[in-house]
Amino acid sequence: MALLDVRNLRKQFPVRKGILSRNLGFVRAVDGVGFTLNEGETLGLVGESGCGKTTVARCLLRLIEPTGGEVLFEGEDLLKMDREALRKVRAQFQIIFQDPYSSLNPRMTVAEIIAEPLRNHTRTSRGEIRDRVSLLMEKVGLHPEQARRYPHEFSGGQRQRIGIARALALNPRVIICDEPVSALDVSIQAQVINLLVQLQEEMGLSYLFIAHDLSVVEHISNRVAVMYLGRIVELATDQELYQNPQHPYTQALLSAVPVPDPGVCQRRILLQGDVPSPLNPPSGCAFHTRCPECERACANEEPIFRDLGNGHRVACHLR
Amino acid sequence: MRQDSLLSIRDLRTQFHTYEGIVTAVDRVSLDVYRGETLGVVGESGCGKTVTALSILRLLPSPPAEIQGEILFEGTNILDLDPDEMRRIRGNAISMIFQEPMTSLNPVLTIGEQISEAIRIHQGVTRQEAWRRAVEMLQMVQIPSPNARAHEYPHQLSGGMRQRAMIAMALSCHPQLLLADEPTTALDVTIQAQIVDLMQRLKDEFEASIVLITHNLGVIAGMAKRVVVMYTGKVVEQAQVKDLFREPLHPYTQGLLGSIPWMGRKLATGRRLLQEIPGIVPSPLEMPDGCRFHPRCSRAMEICGKEEPPLVQPDDGRKVLCWLWA
Amino acid sequence: MTEINKNVALRTQGRPANHQLWRSWAKVRRNKAALIGSILILIYFITALLAPVLFPGKPSAPNLIRSLERPSLEHPLGTDELGRSILGRIIHGSRISLLIAIGVVSVGLLVGVPLGLVSGYYGGKIDFGIQRVTDTMLAFPGFLLALALVAVLGVGLKNTVISVGISMVPIYIRLVRGCTLSVREQVYVEAARALGTRDVMILMRHILPNVMVPITVQTSLGMGTAILFAAGLGFLGVGVQPPTPEWGAMLGSGRAYLFHAPHVATFPGIAIFLAVLGFNLSGDGLRDALDPRFKL
Repeated sequence: MALLDVRNLRKQFPVRKGILSRNLGFVRAVDGVGFTLNEGETLGLVGESGCGKTTVARCLLRLIEPTGGEVLFEGEDLLKMDREALRKVRAQFQIIFQDPYSSLNPRMTVAEIIAEPLRNHTRTSRGEIRDRVSLLMEKVGLHPEQARRYPHEFSGGQRQRIGIARALALNPRVIICDEPVSALDVSIQAQVINLLVQLQEEMGLSYLFIAHDLSVVEHISNRVAVMYLGRIVELATDQELYQNPQHPYTQALLSAVPVPDPGVCQRRILLQGDVPSPLNPPSGCAFHTRCPECERACANEEPIFRDLGNGHRVACHLR
Repeated sequence: MRQDSLLSIRDLRTQFHTYEGIVTAVDRVSLDVYRGETLGVVGESGCGKTVTALSILRLLPSPPAEIQGEILFEGTNILDLDPDEMRRIRGNAISMIFQEPMTSLNPVLTIGEQISEAIRIHQGVTRQEAWRRAVEMLQMVQIPSPNARAHEYPHQLSGGMRQRAMIAMALSCHPQLLLADEPTTALDVTIQAQIVDLMQRLKDEFEASIVLITHNLGVIAGMAKRVVVMYTGKVVEQAQVKDLFREPLHPYTQGLLGSIPWMGRKLATGRRLLQEIPGIVPSPLEMPDGCRFHPRCSRAMEICGKEEPPLVQPDDGRKVLCWLWA
Repeated sequence: MTEINKNVALRTQGRPANHQLWRSWAKVRRNKAALIGSILILIYFITALLAPVLFPGKPSAPNLIRSLERPSLEHPLGTDELGRSILGRIIHGSRISLLIAIGVVSVGLLVGVPLGLVSGYYGGKIDFGIQRVTDTMLAFPGFLLALALVAVLGVGLKNTVISVGISMVPIYIRLVRGCTLSVREQVYVEAARALGTRDVMILMRHILPNVMVPITVQTSLGMGTAILFAAGLGFLGVGVQPPTPEWGAMLGSGRAYLFHAPHVATFPGIAIFLAVLGFNLSGDGLRDALDPRFKL
């Protein structure tokens, strides 16, 4: 059984305008997303701004309430749990945020920040908590003597490590990494990525790794899902995705990623125009307005998410 | 100085007087930009690349900033110019585009008004003429229905459109030099590709030179001919782009190149771990003695901690600031 | 210990933990107005604390023979209509005003802050209800509200504190609610929810500490306002009752003698002025000092 099984997750936001708050329509931020996450693996979720990947993360943890679907964690549907049961599950299912500057309370010491999950869920004594915090700090590469300092005394990369230590405090099964390295410098990114990989091997963690940088996602993930306008358009292993991308959007995305090699002459598939507004998504296949291979069927019918073999799934009429 | 040198920076030093001390953001930087080329400036936050660009255009309030050295633009030292002369250069001969298009565009003026403002000031034409040229520029940066768009406000455009509008504004007076400060960082990858493509075409069409400032080595590889690597306010390496990627000389450059994940790298190298540069960039008030990079350098020698390294020229067109090559 | 330890940051971006405090203090030092304000308040507090030492004896004991004397060596500020030393009454009056100020601000804090927190954090119907009541209260000028409450509750020290205090509550509610609304959106609050932190804990540990700065500034300014309002009520005769030496009441009773013995009203007036000025100046200075965006 998969550790995490998401089925047909949907989230729409109502759009209101005017004094009387007339309902203008809905923004379908997440429109039927489904995937599984197995133990010990990393599933990458990649897409550009507005594709809904951040909303998916919030919905999984019910930080935002989804409009529909199922989120099965170890067999139980999180969306049907009551508040108290959900609170207990949160010990197993953690998240690391993107912004190291706003994800830590500036008025709490590092020790208090890391100890918060322990205080919420366990009844350990103060001494035990102190020991556990020291252990966690060492695990993520920080000096335990600095536990009494405040977040503003640390650099961005170090703050991100604090956030990781906090997420690890209760030995979770799954960690959602929501753009954990996007706000960091290149050399610090490498440190944090390596840390995440090492922790995974050491603790048997499973990651849902969300990012817009395809290179980073491909590097750290075992399997990758590509999102566009609230839907998953392709899902495959990292190798398959890189060597054999099927969906035209994935192909364009791959060709657009700048390669740090001046010798390579990149043949870029340049997409026309911008991402359509999620308030007014195109009919049929959401990508058809920008697709270089668009055909008549694409504008009329939504494509089915089909399995092409060995787990490689695509939502495209032409594949 | 070569004949075709457009911009020549010699020993530029930009310091800020703060309550806690003097911060030297740019520390004796020298570089050249030749006609018709794209020079890449690479570095992480705090390396001084943005301050260098702002120093060229003298956009830093002085005090607290203090600029020393020479910046020769077509033979004239622009640090000596008076404010009026400087104003004639900005937006006209030297232009700049910034990282965040949303905050660099005036939210209460339409795109058309902002672009035509620059044209009117520098080229002294009528309002109608300036507007016509502004719309022409929007056309050149491939904004669809430029006539209609010119009447729109920045918040009505998408990120990619805003960046194009800013490029249009920067190129509206046909500058010889364009300073591009992280022009693609805030954009999605597919839009980034469009902008890179656009910048290259326009550069050829306008015969301009570009100083491309970014931390993204992939964009550098695609656009620049020569590259300068900066660290804590100094130039640590300078080379042709092919040489830099094939054979980086400075340990910092080596570390940078080793630490970026690129598509297919995991498959090619078989390793899940990236190469790391340990530690963090030192605070400007607590710079290490000797070579500023030595505490993080895996190849540091004893002399590295004592004396600052000399700028060595191992090859024609290559420069390194490192004891390993001295 | 694993490989990971080799990647330990070689140096914290460290300044000492009290660096922020030092910076704030440096900002206050530079601000001349705030410095003056702080000195005034300091004098005020010391006077209030050491009143019996500074002026031993009964400030309210009448001595009709010496009535309405001009300032002299024996009575530096003169005497009032009942022959009492004005200086003595002002000194002891500082105790009364301080008591009132602290009491008023306490009422405001104890009632206003929790209501503001709850209103801002939960939103919805709770917020709607609380805000409509707050709207109504804020529709009245503060002093009029206090006056109306005194009409209901009666006169005297206790009722003065309650009335002025209640008139200050809506200000705190609005202030705290506004700050709560913005802090609530911060990522670290979301992180706390993701960690399974209960709502009460979130309010106490995450929201409240981060709205303390504006609360502190408001409290400092509020002390000044409290003294002013209490003096106003006293002046009208509906605040602290004689013979208690409250500055406003002294001002009020001195009204009759404005032409031939102006010192009776003038000196209490100056005392009120200096106290309120002190709190206002230092409140502004405090706000600037605690604002991280305000560069040195």
